Amino acid sequence: MSYLKFFALATPLALALLSTPAQAQTPAEQLAAYVAQSGQPAQAARGQEFFTTKHGKDWSCSSCHTAKPTVDGKHASTGKLITPMAPAANAQRFTDAAKTEKWFRRNCNDVVGRECTATEKADVISWLLTLKP
Amino acid sequence: MKKILTTLAAAATLALSLSGLAHADRSYDVAPNAKHQQECSSCHVAYPPGLLPAASWARIMGGLSKHYGTDASLDEASTQEIGAWLKAHAGNDKRAREEPPQDRISKASWFVRKHDEVSAATWKRASVGSAANCSACHSGAAKGDFNEHAVRIPK
Repeated sequence: MSYLKFFALATPLALALLSTPAQAQTPAEQLAAYVAQSGQPAQAARGQEFFTTKHGKDWSCSSCHTAKPTVDGKHASTGKLITPMAPAANAQRFTDAAKTEKWFRRNCNDVVGRECTATEKADVISWLLTLKP
Repeated sequence: MKKILTTLAAAATLALSLSGLAHADRSYDVAPNAKHQQECSSCHVAYPPGLLPAASWARIMGGLSKHYGTDASLDEASTQEIGAWLKAHAGNDKRAREEPPQDRISKASWFVRKHDEVSAATWKRASVGSAANCSACHSGAAKGDFNEHAVRIPK
């Protein structure tokens, strides 16, 4: 009986732990997760290109985050300060997988008009990781 | 004499209640909700719930993926929590019952009236940017303090 109880409790916990590879908590882990999802190595140069150019709409990522996001950016419509995106300049960045996903979803919709692919996300993070303040 | 006293008492009561109303009118200080603060203030001041009526907040929370030109979508649980809190604390005094065009606080007639001495050029200053940037002039905005005596318009 106590074994049954143990498994009843332990199985969902183990499943929960196994099924959350997206909950990586360092920028390198988040990058690795997107690279794995993408199935190809990340390219920092391609990430920079993606980040700094427009994609047929009004804004690029750098419209709000600046072209070298080791510095503060500014929201294009509300003017609110946006802290740096590069992990070397802002230790909070890419430490919460759910937050990363939330902002990629929103901002890719605004900038590209669709969600970004895992390859695009991996490229952008790999480029941000090369930036030093 | 008794009549005068009664009149005085009534006047005092009225004055007190009026000052109470006037104070309540300016204060939107409700106990903050952590989720509301965290999510809404990512892009702008977390506007106090009393600045819009419940119907406006409901439309805003129902359309976050198309939020004034940007995708501000949230997970379902956060949307529910913030929506319920906004509804509970939505504006219900005379002026805040008005549902402004596009559910924009800045289009409400009370807002327009309160800001009628601010020139178009002032709104366009880089330090202000837009009417969404309450904190440019109301330093206590994030805490719900819009007292006009504390307004400082930046250069």
